Amino acid sequence: MLFLNHIWLIPLFPAFGAAMMFFFGRRLQKATVNAVCVGVVVLAFLFACFTVFEYTNFAHGSGRPFEKILYTWLGSDDGHLNFVKRDGTLASFNADAGFLLDPLSSIWLLFVTGVGMLIHIYSTGYMAHEGGYYRFFGYMNLFMFSMLTLILANNYLLLFVGWEGVGLCSYLLIGFYFHRNSASTAANKAFIVNRIGDAGFILGALTLVWYLGSFRFTDVNALARSGQFAIGDPVLTAAALLLFVGACGKSAQIPLYVWLPDAMEGPTPVSALIHAATMVTAGVYMVARSNAVFVLAPTAMKTVAIVGALTAVFAASIGLVQNDIKRVLAYSTVSQLGYMFLALGVGAFAAGVFHVFTHAFFKALLFLGSGSVIHAMSGEQDMRNMGDLRKRIPITFATMFIGMLAIAGIPGLAGFFSKDEILWQAWTSEAFAYHILWFIGFFTALMTAFYMGRLIYLTFYGQPRMSHEVEHHVHESPKSMTVPLVILAICSVGAGYLGVPHSLLGSNRFEKFLDPVFAKEAPVMRAEEPAQLAAGKKEEGHTDPMEYGLMGLSVLAAIVGLGMAYRCYAKAGKDYVEPIAATAPPLYTVLYNKWFVDEGYDYVFTGRRKIGDIRLGVMGAGEASSWFDAKIIDGAVNDVGWVTRAVATLSTWWDKWIIDGVGVNGPAILARMISYPTRLFEWGLVQWYALVMVAGLLGFGLYYVWK
Amino acid sequence: MQSHILSIILFTPLVGAFVLLFVPKENKDAIRWTANIFALAGFLISLPLVPMFWAQRFLPGFKFLEGTPNNWIPSIGAGYNLGIDGISFLLIMLTTVLGWISILSSWTAIEIRVKEYYVWFLLLQTGMLGVFMALDFFLFFVFWEAMLVPMYLLIGIWGGPRKLYAAIKFFLYTLLGSVLMLLGILFLYFHHHTVTGFFTFSIPELYKTAPMIPFQTAIWLFVAFFIGFAIKVPMFPFHTWLPDAHVEAPTAGSVILAGVLLKMGTYGFVRFSLPFFPAVVSHPKVQGWVIFLSLVGIIYGALVSLMQKDMKKLVAYSSVSHLGFCTLGIFVLNSAGVTGSVLQQINHGISTGALFLIVGILYERRHTREIAEYGGISNVMPLYATITMIMFLSSMGLPLLNGFVGEFTILQGAFTANWRWAAWAAPGVVLAAAYLLWLYQRVFFGTVTNPKNEKLHDLTPREILTFVPLIIMALWIGLYPKPFFQILEQPVNQIVQTIHNNSNANAPVSAQVAPAPAPPATVAVAAKASN
Repeated sequence: MLFLNHIWLIPLFPAFGAAMMFFFGRRLQKATVNAVCVGVVVLAFLFACFTVFEYTNFAHGSGRPFEKILYTWLGSDDGHLNFVKRDGTLASFNADAGFLLDPLSSIWLLFVTGVGMLIHIYSTGYMAHEGGYYRFFGYMNLFMFSMLTLILANNYLLLFVGWEGVGLCSYLLIGFYFHRNSASTAANKAFIVNRIGDAGFILGALTLVWYLGSFRFTDVNALARSGQFAIGDPVLTAAALLLFVGACGKSAQIPLYVWLPDAMEGPTPVSALIHAATMVTAGVYMVARSNAVFVLAPTAMKTVAIVGALTAVFAASIGLVQNDIKRVLAYSTVSQLGYMFLALGVGAFAAGVFHVFTHAFFKALLFLGSGSVIHAMSGEQDMRNMGDLRKRIPITFATMFIGMLAIAGIPGLAGFFSKDEILWQAWTSEAFAYHILWFIGFFTALMTAFYMGRLIYLTFYGQPRMSHEVEHHVHESPKSMTVPLVILAICSVGAGYLGVPHSLLGSNRFEKFLDPVFAKEAPVMRAEEPAQLAAGKKEEGHTDPMEYGLMGLSVLAAIVGLGMAYRCYAKAGKDYVEPIAATAPPLYTVLYNKWFVDEGYDYVFTGRRKIGDIRLGVMGAGEASSWFDAKIIDGAVNDVGWVTRAVATLSTWWDKWIIDGVGVNGPAILARMISYPTRLFEWGLVQWYALVMVAGLLGFGLYYVWK
Repeated sequence: MQSHILSIILFTPLVGAFVLLFVPKENKDAIRWTANIFALAGFLISLPLVPMFWAQRFLPGFKFLEGTPNNWIPSIGAGYNLGIDGISFLLIMLTTVLGWISILSSWTAIEIRVKEYYVWFLLLQTGMLGVFMALDFFLFFVFWEAMLVPMYLLIGIWGGPRKLYAAIKFFLYTLLGSVLMLLGILFLYFHHHTVTGFFTFSIPELYKTAPMIPFQTAIWLFVAFFIGFAIKVPMFPFHTWLPDAHVEAPTAGSVILAGVLLKMGTYGFVRFSLPFFPAVVSHPKVQGWVIFLSLVGIIYGALVSLMQKDMKKLVAYSSVSHLGFCTLGIFVLNSAGVTGSVLQQINHGISTGALFLIVGILYERRHTREIAEYGGISNVMPLYATITMIMFLSSMGLPLLNGFVGEFTILQGAFTANWRWAAWAAPGVVLAAAYLLWLYQRVFFGTVTNPKNEKLHDLTPREILTFVPLIIMALWIGLYPKPFFQILEQPVNQIVQTIHNNSNANAPVSAQVAPAPAPPATVAVAAKASN
């Protein structure tokens, strides 16, 4: 138990590397950076291998989870932060810094550290001539830390730590070339779109804890399987849907997929590690982790399946016509993630996880291969300017060719087993309506083969279309890059054999390993909802002829797709034409512009574009609020000030002219006015008195004379 | 035996201000050294309080009591009576840290009337500490008002171009609230006399009589206090003084304004509104309205923030949004909500304080806060860019940093009270990422396009030092918040208990609080007040 008990060290190895780079990176030599940053990931990988090995002994095939709790992270440990659950009882608000290892996290742990290690090694070659070398590796190590925290967390909140952490690293690495405006914009887009998903995730986790009383996966799953909740329980359905919003953000599903293609602004190893093999599968992981909740919510399951299928076909359609080699792979990733969600949605959790596993190898391979191509092409990413590279960079070509075969679903390679499993599960699921999902999946497989063929043939076949200068510089990549490619190519072939289905005389060890994790074990399910159960049934060695039929069809689709691509592009010269552009120009325009989704979002949701003079979306709301704030609210405050001043002015006037003027000075003026006539009689001049007297006498005299 | 540690912490800055009076005006460096020494001393002196308080964290009631009720002006019942609980303890520590950092950050920023600046700043520090320590309403009000004047002068003298407008707006607006609060205090004071027959401003005493006020009267009192505190917080729609005050204030003034002054409003809610008017705050309509205003504040503040062209104004509006979370947490009235809210007040002090320092550093170098003037700053100031990123992440609530812990605890409290409240608050988290990252992109990413930015020098050691305590705190709260939860446990449970004992809502009384309720708030010395 040496390793199991110290499982928390696994994420801490890369965390140490990141901290070293943060504090001392600037002063370190490249060789030291390599030693530290690659070293810690190798350590993490070895440690992970031993841990999983120990775990298999510990569990003895029972799938019993191993839990290691370090300390209480959120909460105060003594029941202080109690809250009322939905049923009125009290529960304690508590989230551990705790780690959980079970078959599901074992699988993720192995491929994340394994692929992560290879990509770190590859990066030492790819980034050798780039500035900010230590910064790059610091972020990569930080990413490994976050991703491992995400995988090993024993509760939703600690998972969220990793969840946000990988989002942050993705942001930092997409914006690695920060002097490019497009890079920093793409980084922002990735973070903010992910945040929308995160808000959903948080609300989903809160719903669960409010209903079930715990953040821990073991508690949540045990309660969900305890039989006290009916299938279709509205609260659990809401929780599952909210969690799926989070998954849509992180795993790039409709409608939140828009950030992933833009994320290709980052260096290619980043695209391989974060935006193909590991981080984007976090949503799948989280849904698989919450499978006990999801199976109680058929509405949510249907939503997951439908969204997954639609994303798969939608993204594949865009991938058909893109010219940037990394963008094709990005849309391919979105599409493959759609497959995984389709699998989860039809209850084939193990099949979904199996596809995550195989996809990690061949998609990492394809991305790293494209990186090698870009490296050889002096930074050129546009496939229109490539061609005829197969003899010039033979290792890259050979390994990428294997990757193409794997993703297209050619029998014998990893992608075939996992993709076929998903399609078969979709076909056999529940209702007949699910056959539509099979058709969508089948159609997507056809398109996948075509766009992957297009990528390979445009890049490696046909005539060279690059400038002479670039052509002159084409060279195979160094060993540090080609060795990981070769290893990944071997895995892209071999990984599939872990899950060979019974119909092909395999024993599907992969699914058997995962079996204890998934909800089909819950006895209550078996009794109450056979149809639901069927979705996740074990295939006890049965062989349905239909399975062979469908298998044949999908193999045919792969061959036809690749064949069509060969016909169209294998001899492409400088003036080659896109078959879709030739046959249906409007469709080509729509696909080439990615169904105008980005533009639509900019008009409606972000408000970065105006419709006429009107700005909608968040920025529109922001502008309206700013106006309201300045004019109405602050206007009102200033108006109050103005009214106060006006009243004061008026009062001053009133005081001066009415109170003081009329009231106080008024009587005085009146008194003075009255005093003028009266004082005429008494102003003290004796001559005047005499004159008045004389006038009086004269008056009297005249009066009598007159009379 | 009374310990005098609170008085010592309270008056150290005042002593500093007094000593500064004797330092000659012309010797600017001597003034700066003196002020910084006293600021640092003020912080260091508060440190012993941490282990002392930790030992008593679960004890009920107020701790480190000093003075008795009515001992100051017995004829009216006013006392020099200090005491703290977990809530005020955390806010006091925040104040001493931020006070020191602000004074340290002013070294080169303030060139005119240096002596007066530091004197006022130290006075302000004492005023703020007093507000959090006072257990007597009279004393509380003295500190509450006393703190206004230094802030008014800091904005009005050392502020930007529209400093007079901003200072007067700040002063008058806050004063309006204070007057209403004063009326409320007087009502409580006379009501206490009617009930018990003696006059006192002692807060623990008033705790006992205030809940007896009939609902119809209590609601008006609540409104009076509410307006006073809501202006201070500030809650939507009383917030417009804040952006003006922030934009015009000197950097250190903004740090203190956002870091500490705003918390007085939320502190007032927790300390007074909730325990004095438990029946009113738990009335569904009152609670509904206050939470509605909080939610509007969260989203509206973030939206307005998004569209700002001035960095400082952007941060100011983000405060409106963050404080919306704080008031939301308080008024969901359960232990998670209130605990999260107090924690978030501390977090906001740390991260927004740091954001204002960050803006101030660029302002000092370029004398403009227009976002459009910048771009590509991470090329010339990489360390500064890194620290900014960390503080931005803390502000937007990234897990393992402080903001997340507070925000999430509040959301949890809100969700269990009414899930719709949490659902409406959640977009605030998304918008926070949007306005901060967009700001970061415009200021730091890209190439340097403005030639004036080419020669900017990176952080000096003094500037780095101002960030160190904040980053340590951000990481600590993010990684291991348990001590903070434990410190808040007793006072928060106490308040929640009071509300549910006096609640007129039909929520089950047993709900929301710990099974073993803490004893009611009694201060040992408060009994003497009846003499």
